[in-house]
Amino acid sequence: MARQIGEVIVDLQNISLRFGGVKALTDISFNIREHEIRSIIGPNGAGKSSMLNVINGVYHPQEGKIIYRGEERRKMEPYEAAGQGFARTFQNIALFKGMSVLDNLMTGRNLKMKATLVEQAFFWGRARNEELEHRKKVEEVIDFLEIQHIRKTPVGRLPYGLQKRVELGRALAAEPNLLLLDEPMAGMNVEEKQDMCRFILDVNDQFGTTIVLIEHDMGVVMDISDRVVVLDYGKKIGDGVPDEVKNNPEVIAAYLGTQH
Amino acid sequence: MFYREAGQFKTSYGADQQILPIRQDRIGMVVLLAVAFLGVPMFASEYWFSAILIPFLIFALAALGLNILTGYAGQLSLGSAAFMAVGAYAAYNFQLRIEGIPILVSFLLGGVVAAGVGILFGLPSLRIKGFYLAVATLAAQFFIVWCLTKFPWLSNNSSSGVISAQKIIIFGHEFNSPQDKYLLVLGIVVVLALAAKNLVRGNVGRSWMAVRDMDVAAEVIGFRIMRTKLTAFAVSSFYCGVAGALYAFCYLGSVEPDGFSLELSFKILFMIIIGGVGSILGSFVGAAFILLLPVLLDVLLPALSETLSLPVDGASISHIQTMIFGALIMFFLIVEPHGLARLWQIAKEKLRLWPFPH
Amino acid sequence: MQFFFEILIGGLLSGVMYSLVALGFVLIYKASGVFNFAQGAMVYFAALSVVGCMEKGAPLWLALILAFFIMLLFGMATEKFVLRKMVNQTPISLFMATIGLTFFVEGFAPLVWGHSVRGLDIGIVDEPIESVLDSLGIVVSRFDLVAALIAGLLVTGLALFFQYTRVGRALRAVADDHQAALSIGIPLERIWAIVWGVAGFVALVAGMLWGARNGVQFALTFTALKALPVLILGGFTSVPGAIVGGLIIGASEKLAEVYIPPVMQAMFGGNFGGIEGWFPYVLALLFLLVRPEGLFGEKHIDRV
Repeated sequence: MARQIGEVIVDLQNISLRFGGVKALTDISFNIREHEIRSIIGPNGAGKSSMLNVINGVYHPQEGKIIYRGEERRKMEPYEAAGQGFARTFQNIALFKGMSVLDNLMTGRNLKMKATLVEQAFFWGRARNEELEHRKKVEEVIDFLEIQHIRKTPVGRLPYGLQKRVELGRALAAEPNLLLLDEPMAGMNVEEKQDMCRFILDVNDQFGTTIVLIEHDMGVVMDISDRVVVLDYGKKIGDGVPDEVKNNPEVIAAYLGTQH
Repeated sequence: MFYREAGQFKTSYGADQQILPIRQDRIGMVVLLAVAFLGVPMFASEYWFSAILIPFLIFALAALGLNILTGYAGQLSLGSAAFMAVGAYAAYNFQLRIEGIPILVSFLLGGVVAAGVGILFGLPSLRIKGFYLAVATLAAQFFIVWCLTKFPWLSNNSSSGVISAQKIIIFGHEFNSPQDKYLLVLGIVVVLALAAKNLVRGNVGRSWMAVRDMDVAAEVIGFRIMRTKLTAFAVSSFYCGVAGALYAFCYLGSVEPDGFSLELSFKILFMIIIGGVGSILGSFVGAAFILLLPVLLDVLLPALSETLSLPVDGASISHIQTMIFGALIMFFLIVEPHGLARLWQIAKEKLRLWPFPH
Repeated sequence: MQFFFEILIGGLLSGVMYSLVALGFVLIYKASGVFNFAQGAMVYFAALSVVGCMEKGAPLWLALILAFFIMLLFGMATEKFVLRKMVNQTPISLFMATIGLTFFVEGFAPLVWGHSVRGLDIGIVDEPIESVLDSLGIVVSRFDLVAALIAGLLVTGLALFFQYTRVGRALRAVADDHQAALSIGIPLERIWAIVWGVAGFVALVAGMLWGARNGVQFALTFTALKALPVLILGGFTSVPGAIVGGLIIGASEKLAEVYIPPVMQAMFGGNFGGIEGWFPYVLALLFLLVRPEGLFGEKHIDRV
């Protein structure tokens, strides 16, 4: 096995995020190591999605530091995060509904395309070469995810499970070094979940991509994660390897309730 | 039976990414272009050139411009006519004020100036969406027309802003006859339509559609919303601007600012709704439909009123026309929101299977 | 200074008219999420219906009642034949459909009632109020004042209607969440029909006042377009916003029309009248850059 967990690449320190008076995240610190699968779990409304949004710049926390590869990150917009090699999927599928699967995946390559407007207008020079070259890369992702048969289908027409897979494909097409997955298995049946697990593990294994995963299925989380962080009401209540977290009394209380 | 792609295998991604991947379509396109460039000039009458074909091509170009903005980038604009006006007046002024500037360069620069103005009025789109933006584009519509009327320099001090287009001379040949003008317009429109097709199937087109469909996801994948929207405004206004220049130089000959009214903007909007929002082909089909419908009604309505022996005067006919336009818009939005272009697509898909649908 | 106040008051009072039209927009938008571009055309249609009925011999009160029923019928028909069939479409599609509706009405109304410009006498004379003129030396039109009063009454009535009646409560529920409203047994379609009826009524009042002031003519539809910047200023969902926005637009455009052209003339020479035509839109545009949600609108946070 080639995969070896490396250095800390993202270090979140004392993150607090508020919307008006509502506290979404309070003083949360944890880190993400290179090549690991890092899960975030917690009950609904615990602030898991907000956490992902903080990592890739959709939300800007009022307090706290984000250290990326040893350097403190300034306030960053999502497209800049994408430029750093962050890609993600969304809890509610956020595909581009009017476009085909192929085009959706091609959008994942956009940061690597340099052709000017005029070159594109005449499909000339760099525009042509890039289009073909990136198509090749995208086809690799299509093969990897086994979605060859639907490549020309508009994504709006696909069933839910496949849409989730296409969304993963769009993120993979960007060749990210950090992949943020927001409930990639929600609403799936057992078989689809197994497929998705396999893809996640393969991505992690073959490309060494670091993965941050939000998931409700405890079986899956405990099975595939290297480390797990647990949030509840915007606070961190547990952090560690799956076995550690499983036996953490606070975590058990958050999930099952406490005895009074 | 003849419309089959069976046996046409693609061996490279290049072949698979052609604009017309099916051989029969490519043949059809060649035939269509041959008819347009060679056949039509042989048979069409002067009336057809100057009353139908030239305005058709020009409006199709303007509709194409609006379609880029509305159909592909999802930003509704009610000010297309104003951007046409900018193109027309800019081209006129380049011709007037720069000695010996080639006319085609003037058209191009007219488009560029319109693109600049488009970016300016597109700035609010960074903060607002949907009909907020539509209302904001009304500002462009009214403000630009007002400026053209009130600043005499722009129309070379003519009264109420009327300009008369200069002669069109390219390489010593004067484009004077309707047929010449038709060919000139056709050439420009074909090149720009091809460019538009290339844009919308390339990276920039994908960025437009991504922002249209899901802007947060678009930004997360790396598109810069601001740049994407402003590019759409610029390209769209460029097309409208060139269309405006052609409108002045090749169609009407002399134009006034009030000619580029809100009414005209609506007309262009209707073209893309009926033709197909988010379709290059739809811009052409819609332009043809909106231009030919009044011609048709002019013939049909009096005949109809005669057979029913209802007295219908001219004013009533124009009211009925307005009504029919409105009703058609609603009809299309309810029944086929993707317009005639989608019907054409469906027909083609049926044809691929015909006569053995299983 | 007197002159300034005269312009200001005149502008504010004409702003009331914009508010009235804007109110119609807000009502429909709140209840159904449809941005009804045809509100202006409805004003024209309502005014034409009143004059039309009077030409057929009906007295004013009867004409008003008849016109009200016509508008009600029209609103319900629109809801039934157009909007109900577009339930799952995007707001932009709905908006474009109402542009279609605008054209339909602009053709239909004059076809039925004739298109010539006609006056509408509702029994209020457009003359300066003497007591104000004598004491302050400012010309205030009696007509404008009455119009403002009527508008005020209408707004208060609507506010009470929304706040305290069962239908009003149902309406607010629908505005908040269609699905949820439906699930607790609120008859969605009837509510929408009522909203369109009320919007028709507001259009009738606006049409009557405007028609009486400037004559019943096609230009009414353009004037009604001015209600759009009012909405941007006030926010699309706010009744008070529509009122305040209308006043701001009315006052500022009149002031701009009086005070800007001389400045521009000094700078560029020439005649720069007609600023009124675009000033509200540009004002709204600039305003958008500062406060996109409007004065009274709610700010939305996108959840992802």
